[in-house]
Amino acid sequence: MSGNPPTTVTLFIPCLMDGLFPSAAGDLVYLLRRLGFRVEYPPDQTCCGQPAFNQGYFEPARKLARRYIDIFAGAECIVCPSGSCTAMVKKHYPALFAQEPETFSRAKALGEKIFEASQFLTAFVAPERIKARFTGRATYHDSCHSSRGLGIFDEPRRLLAEVRGLELVEMEDSRACCGFGGLFSKRFPEVSQAIGLEKIKQIQATGAEWVIGNDPGCLMNIQGHLNRLGLPIRVKHLVEVLGGRSDGRGKREEGREKEKT
Amino acid sequence: MKSKTEQFKKEARRALTSGNMQLAISRASKRFSQLRRQAFAHLPEGEDLRTRAQAIKAEAVERQEEYLEQFAAAAEKLGARVHRSPDGADACRYIEDLARTSGVRMVVKGKSMTTEEIGLNGALEQAGFQVWETDLGEFIIQLAGEPPSHIIAPALHKTQQEIADLFVEKLGVPLYEDPQKLTMVAREFLREKYFQAGLGISGANFALAETGTIVILENEGNARFSTTFPRIHVAVVGLEKVIPGLSELRVFLKLLARSATGQKMSTYVSLISGPGRKNEVDGPEELHIILLDNGRARFRQDAELRTSLYCLRCGACLNVCPVYQRIGGHAYGWVYSGPIGSAMTPQFLGTLRAKDLPLASTLCGACAEVCPVRIPLPDLLLTLRRRIVEAKGHSGWERSLIKGWAACQSSPGCYRIALELARLGKDFVPGLLPPGIELPDKNFHRLWQDEYQD
Repeated sequence: MSGNPPTTVTLFIPCLMDGLFPSAAGDLVYLLRRLGFRVEYPPDQTCCGQPAFNQGYFEPARKLARRYIDIFAGAECIVCPSGSCTAMVKKHYPALFAQEPETFSRAKALGEKIFEASQFLTAFVAPERIKARFTGRATYHDSCHSSRGLGIFDEPRRLLAEVRGLELVEMEDSRACCGFGGLFSKRFPEVSQAIGLEKIKQIQATGAEWVIGNDPGCLMNIQGHLNRLGLPIRVKHLVEVLGGRSDGRGKREEGREKEKT
Repeated sequence: MKSKTEQFKKEARRALTSGNMQLAISRASKRFSQLRRQAFAHLPEGEDLRTRAQAIKAEAVERQEEYLEQFAAAAEKLGARVHRSPDGADACRYIEDLARTSGVRMVVKGKSMTTEEIGLNGALEQAGFQVWETDLGEFIIQLAGEPPSHIIAPALHKTQQEIADLFVEKLGVPLYEDPQKLTMVAREFLREKYFQAGLGISGANFALAETGTIVILENEGNARFSTTFPRIHVAVVGLEKVIPGLSELRVFLKLLARSATGQKMSTYVSLISGPGRKNEVDGPEELHIILLDNGRARFRQDAELRTSLYCLRCGACLNVCPVYQRIGGHAYGWVYSGPIGSAMTPQFLGTLRAKDLPLASTLCGACAEVCPVRIPLPDLLLTLRRRIVEAKGHSGWERSLIKGWAACQSSPGCYRIALELARLGKDFVPGLLPPGIELPDKNFHRLWQDEYQD
């Protein structure tokens, strides 16, 4: 653990998480509250601009970055359940405003208080306090922007090690790219798919029933490949596992009562 | 070398359907990156060395002109002739003229990507000279009439079986299965060429300003043979190869072989300082060093992409690249492939002509993680992507789509409607989402409002 934990956490729920994994985002809210944090969610938030930025459309990305900075500037601490969107804000926002000193320093300040969820939890919470339950054999996929971009590797593993019932089996190369790359997968679908299939082979080799990750883009891509191949393996977002309300066997409502008391 | 970078998509698809090539590439690139990883695991100072190497290259590129002058003066003092070529055509012409006036008929070559870059073999053959590549991999692709598919392992895309068949067809030998036997066939075939050749051509890994020395790293001894036995040696050296001197070289000697093949040191490290002296048994009578620009001086002026000139051509970024691992080097359409190729080729040939290359990356960052001189490859690709956009390199349709998307994302209302539309429309727009991906009825915006808001 490092530094004093914040009292209020402001959530940044990226667009893919918002649309595809809303209940996982809900699990994060539940978890943070259970751990004693006040949780805020600025309702005007949209996309951080990463899809445009990654394709070289820096002007549209700047426009969204400015908006984002305005919305989140007042936050004490920002938590985001996506490695790549966190990296966008932390690393690329300052770079986008290299020529605008004032916005640059605001972007830089924002970058210092944004955390990817597993970073936040390991920095400010003792992992054993989370007390999550999840039954099954799982493997962890390290997203590129999370592992190489933000240097996250041990954090999710430290958290998962405390989850009761979970058996974690490592892949041959958990840090290998899943081939998504945002619009890359639309521009070069065959190449993207070929890279994805390599990842699937590694996942299959672990005998896991679950693939856990911290990036909605990768999880969507991996689930798509699994579906295409008709494999019974399912993806889970890390915060969904830690949220502890689902054990993969459908006991979603368990814990809801506790939350209200 | 002729380029077909415009056909990247087509060539990538073709590579993906060629089972043999897929297998050969993924096996070899995985093996190389494993060996690299093991080598660095036993080099605790590895990360510091990378930082130091980057700093040396940065300084050397910064003061390049100064170092080049120092190098040329020192090399000439040793008896070498130094020629500066503004482009590939000039370099080819220089070598042709030299060969002609020296009465040379046959040329042997050590492996050199720079000579591939300028299409030297083709130029010499057209001028009537017989040219033989003496590096085993280069020899194989020369027989096959193919360009190299990897910076250090040019025939990496070929399986052993294909090579055996190729030797039967081109060299008239029986079908040998054993790789050692195949190597012996090549060795015997090439041995007499060294004796017949009047001219040996090489590239160089480094040029040392202090001493006028060129440095060549290799594993087969063929480059040493090619540069010492024929009467004349010509080295084609890119401007960016110059570094201050021996103490800097030590840093690179520790990094280069480890990054390339996982070896602690290349089998042969040749430091060539001038032609053979009068009282020496070995060494050529003449040494010509061509300092090749071919765009490099221009790249140096480009502050955003300049770091690409630090490249040592070790190939480590290719080996770890998920895109390269699947499609190999040929699809990139020009001499340099993989991440560094995607960063360099647009500089050599023009941003728009090679625009698929910087786009064909997931920006996974595996390349930057292994680069021995810490070239920030994903950042270079992003810069090139920005330039494609600035040059209006994408279709009007795509540009409007991104513009519209950004406008919508700027309005919370529009964003929410778009999320709803994606949910409702995903069954009608094929390919919008991967197969079987469901969008839950309530997105998080609504879930927050209904269930979580304080």
